[in-house]
Amino acid sequence: MSSWTPTAPRPAPSNTVGFVAWARANLFATKLDTALTLLAFTLVVYVVEAIFGWAIIDASFTGDDRTACLKEVQGACWPFIEAKFGQFIYGRYPDAERWRVDLVFLSGLIGLIPMLMPNVGFKRANMIYLLGFYPIFAFIMLNGGMLGLATVDTTDWGGLLVTLVVAITGIVASLPLGILLALGRRSDLPIVRALCIGFIEIFRGVPLITVLFMASVMLPLFLPDGINFDKLVRCLIGVALFSSAYMAEVVRGGLQAIPKGQYEAAAALGLGYWKTTHLIILPQALKLVIPGIVNTFIGLFKDTTLVLIVGLFDLLGIVQLHFTDASWATPETHITGYVFAGAVFWLFCFAMSRYSIFMENHLSTDRTSS
Amino acid sequence: MLLQALVLGALVLAMVWLVANVQSNLERQNINSGFGFLSERAGFGINQTLIEYSEDSSFARVLTVGLLNTLLVSVLGIGLATVLGFVLGVARLSSNWLVNKTAMVYVEIFRNVPLLLQIMFWYFGVLRNLPSPRKAVSLGDAVFLSNRGIVVPALEMTAAAWWYGAALAVSTTAYFWLRRRARLLRLADGTAQSIWRPVSMIAMASLAFAALLGGVPFSFDIPALKGFNFRGGITVIPEFVALLLALSLYTAAFIAEIVRAGIQSVSKGQREAAAALGLPDNTALRLVVIPQALRVIIPPLTSQYLNLTKNSSLAVAIAYPDIVSVFAGTTLTQVGQAVEIIFITMMIYLTLSLLTSFAMNRYNARIALVGQKS
Amino acid sequence: MSDPVIRINKMNKWFGNFHVLRDIDLNVAAGEKTVICGPSGSGKSTLIRCINRLEAHQEGEIEVEGVTLDGSLKNLEEIRSNVGMVFQQFNLFPHMTVLENCTLSPIWVQQKSQAEAETLARELLERVRIPDQADKYPGQLSGGQQQRVAIARALCMNPRIMLFDEPTSALDPEMIKEVLDVMVELANEGMTMLCVTHEMGFARQVADRVIFMDEGEIVEENAPEAFFSNPENERTQLFLSQVLTH
Repeated sequence: MSSWTPTAPRPAPSNTVGFVAWARANLFATKLDTALTLLAFTLVVYVVEAIFGWAIIDASFTGDDRTACLKEVQGACWPFIEAKFGQFIYGRYPDAERWRVDLVFLSGLIGLIPMLMPNVGFKRANMIYLLGFYPIFAFIMLNGGMLGLATVDTTDWGGLLVTLVVAITGIVASLPLGILLALGRRSDLPIVRALCIGFIEIFRGVPLITVLFMASVMLPLFLPDGINFDKLVRCLIGVALFSSAYMAEVVRGGLQAIPKGQYEAAAALGLGYWKTTHLIILPQALKLVIPGIVNTFIGLFKDTTLVLIVGLFDLLGIVQLHFTDASWATPETHITGYVFAGAVFWLFCFAMSRYSIFMENHLSTDRTSS
Repeated sequence: MLLQALVLGALVLAMVWLVANVQSNLERQNINSGFGFLSERAGFGINQTLIEYSEDSSFARVLTVGLLNTLLVSVLGIGLATVLGFVLGVARLSSNWLVNKTAMVYVEIFRNVPLLLQIMFWYFGVLRNLPSPRKAVSLGDAVFLSNRGIVVPALEMTAAAWWYGAALAVSTTAYFWLRRRARLLRLADGTAQSIWRPVSMIAMASLAFAALLGGVPFSFDIPALKGFNFRGGITVIPEFVALLLALSLYTAAFIAEIVRAGIQSVSKGQREAAAALGLPDNTALRLVVIPQALRVIIPPLTSQYLNLTKNSSLAVAIAYPDIVSVFAGTTLTQVGQAVEIIFITMMIYLTLSLLTSFAMNRYNARIALVGQKS
Repeated sequence: MSDPVIRINKMNKWFGNFHVLRDIDLNVAAGEKTVICGPSGSGKSTLIRCINRLEAHQEGEIEVEGVTLDGSLKNLEEIRSNVGMVFQQFNLFPHMTVLENCTLSPIWVQQKSQAEAETLARELLERVRIPDQADKYPGQLSGGQQQRVAIARALCMNPRIMLFDEPTSALDPEMIKEVLDVMVELANEGMTMLCVTHEMGFARQVADRVIFMDEGEIVEENAPEAFFSNPENERTQLFLSQVLTH
């Protein structure tokens, strides 16, 4: 009997690997491809050149008022952003008290970063910190009026601070509300189910702006004389209710994906409805829909800009407000402001979407390894 | 049962309490109630009306004008977003690296920036920044871009247009008839025949006949600067352009992702099987890939259409006269009847949504793959 | 034996820099039944997928019925219309009925009339013993039935060569036999068949030749008798002891 020795593998022929082969396969495979590549290349060069010229070459970088940005060929007016930066981040929050906002940002990050890393432990303690301690701490710090802190009225809050307050409150409130609504929608109790379906379908069927109008114009009518909510709080309620309806549908998707066997197994162990839901079903269902949840968060984050329509000054609102400052009125002020605000929003949303993709991959490897 | 009774009881109590509050508040603030205001005189102008409207029209008319403006921008936005979205979605799947990445950059930029910001960018940043009509940017002295909007030549049909309409109708009918006949022939005895030659001949002959009888079918009303503004032509208000542009560009990014996912959902094996059966690429695409991809694409696509329609309410930020802007905005400040006005506005959107999802459920039931385990 | 209908000469293929097929030489005569086996990753599926160019090779020649497989679209069309293929995952079109699956190629590639194509399809469905399922959708059939439809669909092209890529690997044990029976019948009718499979019983029963592949190479080829009872090579023996013991 002979024994077999495999032929040594040869490297692929040089015309199939390397940059030239890559370019031939991926850029110039056919005549149509070549044409498309050239077209796309022209487009890219044109756009990049225009952006580069506007943002750097023709831009102004220093100056104290509009005169810095009135060149013959004027690009971005960056001094406007520099001058207003504090306003864009804190709104009219008093200068002397801004350290409080910084502290709230910082303590939020301290809680959030380990929470987002799947391999760091102490998730339960972390959760208690973020959902129990942090909101109270943030409220006391931002609002003041106790512990010797001066009260800062919410009408003075603005900029990125308001954007984050609205977004984070919406996120924190919409998740539990959404879970309850999703459970209610699958409940065996017809009245509860009907109420939940009604709530979800109504809020998903109307634009957020009408909900905000309702919160800002109609809500005061529904409350007894003399009781009045802060405008920010009214908007927070509107945003939270609105996004909880979307969250409910995402969670419902996860609940539907749990096999019947899980319920039967839980029942066989003698667990009741709440214990089954809390210990067996929700942990699995929520894990399945993490990407959907993050997408809802991204949508919510973008939607916070709508509060400017009812008179709050979030990041976009405050940028818009400062366009009226006559000492900075130039033809490029608007675009510069929008590009700045857009870049900030983009960073947050893009980071969230990348995180969602990361979690999706992480979870799918989790599943295959178990 | 007890739980349900409790929930119901709490709900009823809350309702009674709320209604009582509303009544006392309305009384105290001297606000009317009921829908009587709808027939009152509106007293304000609207800068884009698809139907006849003046300051003497009623609030009900305002509602209709607003609704039509909402529908106009939504329908056009859906059309543009669909075309752009499909192009981008296909580009995202292209084997051409540069095309693929360009589409990816577009999608990542446009879907991660708030729509409201994009609307304001186009409106306040770009369109309002254009020069005044006197210094308007002109394209071939026929189209003018200024901060008052875009002025384009108006197309005016002459009587001869009817002849061309008839010619077009004849050619279209001939095309469909010939296509049907060719298909039947093809299935009956397998003979394939091209219909392009007879169709183009019929089209040319009928158009030539129309030209002979009628002459030139239209004339242009070309805008010209008179004083501080343009006379003639059609002026498209900048609010409309900004809203349409922002809605289409934003929604297209989402549609691109839906299209990409839909086409990717058709497994590689399906394409290979079609190739192994000898089907040419375009036939495989038409008979195997697209029908399957559409099943995956259409439901989320419809929800994007609904989103676009709901998002058109952001018009209020730049005062495009949509339903929210003229009704839940201007009308509300004039009349003050917040409860009724917000209720009507919400009901209109809700009706649109429910109608669409009803149609969608019917469609899904119809196309569901028989016996597919999912 | 007559002239070879498939002629593969010094064929090499790479996936990126991975050398999947190394210097393959293989001739298949008309009517010959060849079974290809080997461990997973040995390149056996890639080899038969090169024959109708679902994968493109980079070096060497492949000739099917005298037509060379190169970049030419015309040659490719000619070869594909002569070569039927059955996949491990069936790859039936889920949005078409069984009958529509079968008539697709006759109507759109061979320009047959619908009536003619349907008659042919029903005939072949009868031959694979599922005449009464013509109007159902693939999702309503069992795996074994689906694979038999896939065979009928390929036969509707009236091919002269059939390629089978692990046709029974995705099937439950009780369905394997119904598919193999159809394949045996096809073999007995004189079809040229190239079959990647681990069904050694099938190989013994119908194959004229068994080929063993590993690491992208043909290690050994022989008539089934000799191949099973007296493998020439240690590697082959090791493989056989692993497949045959269970």
